[in-house]
Amino acid sequence: MLELIVISTLNGVLFGMLLFLLSSGLTVIFSMMGVLNFAHASFYMLGAFFGYQLTKWIGFWPALVLAPLLVGAVGMAVERYGLRNTHKHGHVAELLLTFGLAFAIEEVVSMIWGKSPVDYRVPAALDFPAFTVFSTNYPAYKIFMLAISGLIFVALLIALKRTRVGLIVQAALTHPHMVGHLGHNVGRVFMLVFGVGSALAGLAGVIAGPALVTQSDMAALLGPILFVVIVFGGLGSLPGAFIASLFIGLVQTFAVALNGSLASAFGPLDPGTGPSVLTDIWNVTIAQIAPVLPYVLLVVILIVRPMGLLGTRET
Amino acid sequence: MLKMTRVIFVALPMLSGAAYAQETVKIGYIDPLSGGGASVGEGGLKTFQYLADELNAKGGILGRKVEILPLDNKTNPQESLIQAQKAIDAGAHYITQGNGSSVGAALEDFVTKHNTRNPGKEVLYFNYAAVDPSMTNEKCSFWHFRWDANSDIKMEALTNYMKGNAAIKKVYLINQDYSFGQSVRTQARKMLGEKRPDVQVVGDELHPLLKITDFSPYVAKIKASGADSVVTGNWGQDIALLLKAAADAGLKVNWYTYYAGGAGGPTAIKQTGLDHQVFQISEGIPNSDVPAAMEFEKAFRAKVGISLWYPRAVNEMRMFKAAAEKANSLDPVKVAAALEDLKFNVLDGGSGVMRKDDHQFFQPIYISSFGSRSEKEPFDEENTGWGWRMVAKIDTPQTVLPTTCKMTRP
Repeated sequence: MLELIVISTLNGVLFGMLLFLLSSGLTVIFSMMGVLNFAHASFYMLGAFFGYQLTKWIGFWPALVLAPLLVGAVGMAVERYGLRNTHKHGHVAELLLTFGLAFAIEEVVSMIWGKSPVDYRVPAALDFPAFTVFSTNYPAYKIFMLAISGLIFVALLIALKRTRVGLIVQAALTHPHMVGHLGHNVGRVFMLVFGVGSALAGLAGVIAGPALVTQSDMAALLGPILFVVIVFGGLGSLPGAFIASLFIGLVQTFAVALNGSLASAFGPLDPGTGPSVLTDIWNVTIAQIAPVLPYVLLVVILIVRPMGLLGTRET
Repeated sequence: MLKMTRVIFVALPMLSGAAYAQETVKIGYIDPLSGGGASVGEGGLKTFQYLADELNAKGGILGRKVEILPLDNKTNPQESLIQAQKAIDAGAHYITQGNGSSVGAALEDFVTKHNTRNPGKEVLYFNYAAVDPSMTNEKCSFWHFRWDANSDIKMEALTNYMKGNAAIKKVYLINQDYSFGQSVRTQARKMLGEKRPDVQVVGDELHPLLKITDFSPYVAKIKASGADSVVTGNWGQDIALLLKAAADAGLKVNWYTYYAGGAGGPTAIKQTGLDHQVFQISEGIPNSDVPAAMEFEKAFRAKVGISLWYPRAVNEMRMFKAAAEKANSLDPVKVAAALEDLKFNVLDGGSGVMRKDDHQFFQPIYISSFGSRSEKEPFDEENTGWGWRMVAKIDTPQTVLPTTCKMTRP
């Protein structure tokens, strides 16, 4: 049992940190620009495919640096030539733009790399068990993923809290107009934030690609959970996104590990009733409903605390 | 936008092809070509295209060329019905599908309704891998033919083999959460309970179909349960990623599987280092020691670049030709009648028969294990150096199970 708890905690934290890499950019972009970026998960996918391609050409380590930069550049271009032009037509136009972009990116990716998974492997230097807990090996690559996302979290925190740019970004989060009136180039701040946000998503893609599956539907698989994370954590709140990411990562992993069902809690139904909808519900285990749990949480948090855990504004 | 492009891409060849539509025998191949099932779906498509080429090289069927229409159903039953309609609109009277019994059941129902409503324009559904037993039992249809042994037959054989292995004490079941996976788990529980009451089922897991990208939480749970054997009907990326996560975590158990040989599976098994501890049940393996089958395998690999996962597809296409020639017609109703009770020498040796009562094909099936090879086993998988070795054969008569099918005939 202890083994299961330790391993599940490690897996949960890892998945949570991955979610954080994605949600940090998304939440900052949302609160600053008021745009729910539907294409954010697509930047994650782009990161994975760029990472795969660059790894083939120049190796994993250069790809780790170059691929996120490329994705960041794509993100900045989207902001500069897409969102900035549609901005004057209101949020709906911006929303539609990112929505369309998500589909366009998916189609382009499947045109170039095909629709089935590509062979994106863990680099040989990291392909060994890092340590063994209770006879279960823990892959070194996962520790590497954990380290990278931890590093990014600290760097992001320092950049936001301790630097001048960070101050402006923080100010623009809550009072974008005031920042503009003070003479800062809000447009450029937006572009920068969008670029950095996309680059973080790209980085998440590069490191998650070999561990998970790199294929053209990976954005669609992860996208919806990101929205849960940012709403749950509170819009615009980085610590909120951090807590929510870890929480949802752990909830999902631990739910899989649990076997409980109504039947095991209250005993089986009277055998005379035979199979029916009720017996189906009665015998469903927590593990089976694990994939739905984040969305249940989303509904609950919106009812109980609409601004999210650490948010300051109503969603 | 997405849909639009697809419509255009599908419509264009239809317009240009209308003139010679009468010339070819079209078979709609409806299987996942994107998403989690794509790796096996694309392998299946290449297999059928190879088989069509093979038939065409020998003059086709009754002098007409065979053409495979690839249609992507994303492993989704609703999408499959749209694709089936597309195939029919393009002039296909035959559709074939394998991946996912949820899809299979929907197609079986669709074809049955279509044929009732459109007499004279019947369509046959050739099933090469959807193995939910209900499709040839309570839901059986005259218009459906299945070439793969159904899940109950496979489980019967697998548990008969497990029965003799005294080392098995604790079994863990992990399956996909839909009709087929549920049927595997129920039958495994029932049959193991009858044959080996001393074996303990220490876990019984159902997980979402083709949606999981990281199985490590599940593997941690298997490990914690103390199981020595795992039984799974997983296919596609669900088996490859499960084995991959097991390899990463260093899980040492025996695996009793339906589809460990699919794309990515062999690579992951090699990584686990489990030499001849992963078992698969199938109607044939590359190292079958049957000269004709091994020659076919060699030619197939040379041209297609993958190993033959579906010997049943070979049987399906060859029997289709045999039935059409027997009926001397490509009219689906006549072909269907000719297929009933048709005896056929299968690719991997021995004789099989398409039972008239439920349209289930019965054939010899084999249990094989994956690991290091002897000199008599020339074929490896996915360049791992390891290959399949025959460990047990179940001949046709022993695979026959009763059916509850009450078939309505036209």
